[in-house]
Amino acid sequence: MTPELGQLALILALLLALAQGVLPLLGAWRGNGALMAVARPAAAGQAVFVAMAFGVLSWAFLHFDFSVRYVADNSNLALPWYYRLAAVWGAHEGSLLLWIFILNLWTVALAAFSRRLPEVFVARVLGVLGLVAVGFLAFIVFTSNPFERLLPMPPDGGDLNPVLQDPGMTFHPPVLYMGYVGFSVAFAFSIAALLGGELEQAWVRWARPWTNVAWGFLSAGIVAGSWWAYAELGWGGWWFWDPVENASFMPWLVGAALIHAQAVTEKRGALRAWTILLSIFAFSLSLLGTFLVRSGVLTSVHAFASDPKRGLFILCFLAVVVGGSLLLYALRAPKVAGGKPFGVVSRETAILIGNLMLTVAAAMVLLGTLFPLLGDALNLGKISVGPPYFGFLFTLLMIPIVLLLPFGPYLRWGEKGGLPPLKNVAVRAGIAALACAIAAAFTTGWALKAIAGTAAAVWCCVGTLLYVLKRWREMPAGRRYPAEMAGMLLAHFGVGVFLAGVLLTEALSVERDVRMAPGQVQTIGGYDFRFDGVHVADGPNWQGDQGTVTVMRNGREIAVMHPQKRTYTRGQVQTESAIDAGVTRDLYVALGEPMDRNDPEGAWALRLYHKPFVRWIWAGGLLMMLGGFFSAADKRFRLRREAEQKVAAAVQESHA
Amino acid sequence: MSRLVPFFGFLLLVALFGFGIWWNTRHDQREVPSPLINKPAPAYALPKLDDPAQTVTREAMLGKPYLINVFASWCIACGEEHPVLMSEGQRIGVPLVGYNYKDEPDEAKAWLARHGNPYGLIIADREGRTAIDFGVYGAPETFLVDAKGVIRYKRIGPLTPEVIENELKPAIAALRKEAP
Amino acid sequence: MSAALRRASMRVLFALAFVFACGGLSAQAIDPLPFKDHAEETRFQHLTRELRCLVCQNENLADSNADLARDLRHQVFDLMRQGKSDAEIKQYLVDRYSDFVLYDPPVQGSTLLLWFGPLLILLAGAAVVVVTVRRRSRAQAPAANGTGANERSPNDEGDDW
Repeated sequence: MTPELGQLALILALLLALAQGVLPLLGAWRGNGALMAVARPAAAGQAVFVAMAFGVLSWAFLHFDFSVRYVADNSNLALPWYYRLAAVWGAHEGSLLLWIFILNLWTVALAAFSRRLPEVFVARVLGVLGLVAVGFLAFIVFTSNPFERLLPMPPDGGDLNPVLQDPGMTFHPPVLYMGYVGFSVAFAFSIAALLGGELEQAWVRWARPWTNVAWGFLSAGIVAGSWWAYAELGWGGWWFWDPVENASFMPWLVGAALIHAQAVTEKRGALRAWTILLSIFAFSLSLLGTFLVRSGVLTSVHAFASDPKRGLFILCFLAVVVGGSLLLYALRAPKVAGGKPFGVVSRETAILIGNLMLTVAAAMVLLGTLFPLLGDALNLGKISVGPPYFGFLFTLLMIPIVLLLPFGPYLRWGEKGGLPPLKNVAVRAGIAALACAIAAAFTTGWALKAIAGTAAAVWCCVGTLLYVLKRWREMPAGRRYPAEMAGMLLAHFGVGVFLAGVLLTEALSVERDVRMAPGQVQTIGGYDFRFDGVHVADGPNWQGDQGTVTVMRNGREIAVMHPQKRTYTRGQVQTESAIDAGVTRDLYVALGEPMDRNDPEGAWALRLYHKPFVRWIWAGGLLMMLGGFFSAADKRFRLRREAEQKVAAAVQESHA
Repeated sequence: MSRLVPFFGFLLLVALFGFGIWWNTRHDQREVPSPLINKPAPAYALPKLDDPAQTVTREAMLGKPYLINVFASWCIACGEEHPVLMSEGQRIGVPLVGYNYKDEPDEAKAWLARHGNPYGLIIADREGRTAIDFGVYGAPETFLVDAKGVIRYKRIGPLTPEVIENELKPAIAALRKEAP
Repeated sequence: MSAALRRASMRVLFALAFVFACGGLSAQAIDPLPFKDHAEETRFQHLTRELRCLVCQNENLADSNADLARDLRHQVFDLMRQGKSDAEIKQYLVDRYSDFVLYDPPVQGSTLLLWFGPLLILLAGAAVVVVTVRRRSRAQAPAANGTGANERSPNDEGDDW
């Protein structure tokens, strides 16, 4: 299959995206049904060609077509097939192809599941998505062609960075992009609403499930990235506040604010302008992330190759899309506060406060990430911003959210409801938190973070469970936990689990670099690690040394771990740490160098870790993901016939 | 009116990014400006490469400006820089001192034999301890030390004819103006 | 070779030197030192995690496998043994490598915006929230005619859901 077919497919996709972008928007503006009807077929066509291009590139990888430069740069004859497939998105050009492929997945899904929405609105939404696609396809076709040829064709290729040769690589980027790119749907809905001037609540109800699913995927993607870094990169670290990590975290924070704002707008009609603005921010931050990692403006261990020409292209694209949306917002967003009023002690106020903290946190992360660049621009010298800054400020900003979390479901919309239920929750959850904190204090030797983590986690989890119990007691079976509520409860509970994981791991982890001769034992955290020597080992595209470490506790053998040091086909050396995963702790062993290079049978340097509760970090994140998915599945979001016909009629009227 | 705040805020951001792209074309992002500019060079006492019994100290070097060029046989970029030193080294106008950084003396000598020796004097820092005092974090790096022993200029990365013309020579000329 | 091409290739070579040291997981970062107790080891780990490796600039001193990182770790260890405090050790490195070696930006003139910017944004946002809530709660007055805050949505599942 010639790669030029892939190139042709991309050009055709670009043309169709242009049609999809321009014509339906024109049609919606002029009330021209024929133009509007172009949207769905154009979207389908674009998707077919993008899928084709993606398929051609995958084929090239699978069949070792080194005449394609991208394939030659990122794979070689010894690379196993599953990593050759993952290599499709392993570098700049291919990851952009993945981006546009996923955008098409969302677009096609939207085109399919929007038959009950008013035609004009759908035309606008698909039109906006088409314009976004035009930007990315143009970027690929004109500056980042994955099908560029490398002639004469080399007999063998380079290699996929060994750090990327890991199962995490196969799902972190696609899942992450599902989230990133998924915010384009909420964005498109908002732009369509602004363009159409119809600002009834209904469009927010349509947008909610899409936004929740996107946010769920983003949560999963971030979790996957963190877990992968822990296993492959991080010496037991799981988050580094690296610019590229921050680039995915900012949309997540704003996305969390967005799903809560959408809830308020859908149910009470209030905060419409904020909901629109947040959806613009969320997608803008997604685009910003794309810019940051490819323009070379910031260095990161994670960044793709930098190139000023590409950087400039994305910057212009960013300026047009985001600048245009913000201008549209300034001109067309609802100026009069609509919807139902609410008092000081109300669910709306709690959500406002929570959203404030989330948004300020996102702004803080943006400020810290960009400050080195600002320092260069304002000649302030070379400034370094790292985890001590981000971690400190982020923790401070999250405190109000953690404190308010259990009260959410107990608060009423609008009025101040009874304070007694709030006091009830506060007292019960508070006592539980205090009791557990005291227990933690004694068992961990007054480790401050462990105490704080236990208190915060119990506060959130017990607070959420109290509500679960309340619904169980007060509602009949079948009506206890509507999907949307179940999602909320899962996600809020997940916050507690996450907090426990983070703070307990930070407080209680033990790391030790040791020299061990075969037979020697080191004890960490109650576990005895016995070094049993090193043998030679190899894999499909690497050779190296494999150590054996037997872990025992109280004389009983718990695990046999095999840390490795691999040398890959192109000479890169990679340490594969051995991890014994557990619910309450991870054991982690990394192999260093032999103490005497000429004596591999002798003592080696090893790094041993005991990491309590580290998996709770990702468990919490996955609970949040589930929360997002459950909420999206609520039957209220599947319009009933009469309701949507009423809405459609009202919309047609406003255009007549 | 306040609705325009996000728009203008975003424009500022775009300006910042535009600047960032431009800045990147002119600067190496990895470069860390030295805090030792206009501060006295650290005290050092290092053996000569070809005669380890003799030690060169900072005090011994006072009185005339000189260049310290950090190099090593394992450093690829040094190999690229070397021809420039060979051809321009004499014409710069101040003595060129080689600073052999974390290298085996035999390998360094062999490397110089292969590529040529532009240095009047070569000192060896096998462990790299003194280099830490100089704030060295890679090779090649070049320091201009004035007659009073104060560091006046540092070049991170290879010296090129352009850098020598546009940065190094003016810095040396400025020194001469102060103390003819 | 044209001058521009030479410049570019020199830059690439200079950068390449770092690529091979960083970004993978070679094993030199594993560096057993003779700590006298767990407290000293923990202090060392905290300290080196707050310092940046100048060679692998996206890694901290604790985890970087660059030669310089190893040298600097040993230097930090020596300074600890000499009885220097954390602040003195950090100052030692800042004197030689500039503030860039610290991951925790010092609070000084050039970083005022960095450290207080979020506070300013928070205050501005809080003002907006306060104004919004005030406006909304005042709008509650005409609740008597039944279109006010107490109205439940048609899909109420209990608890105002």
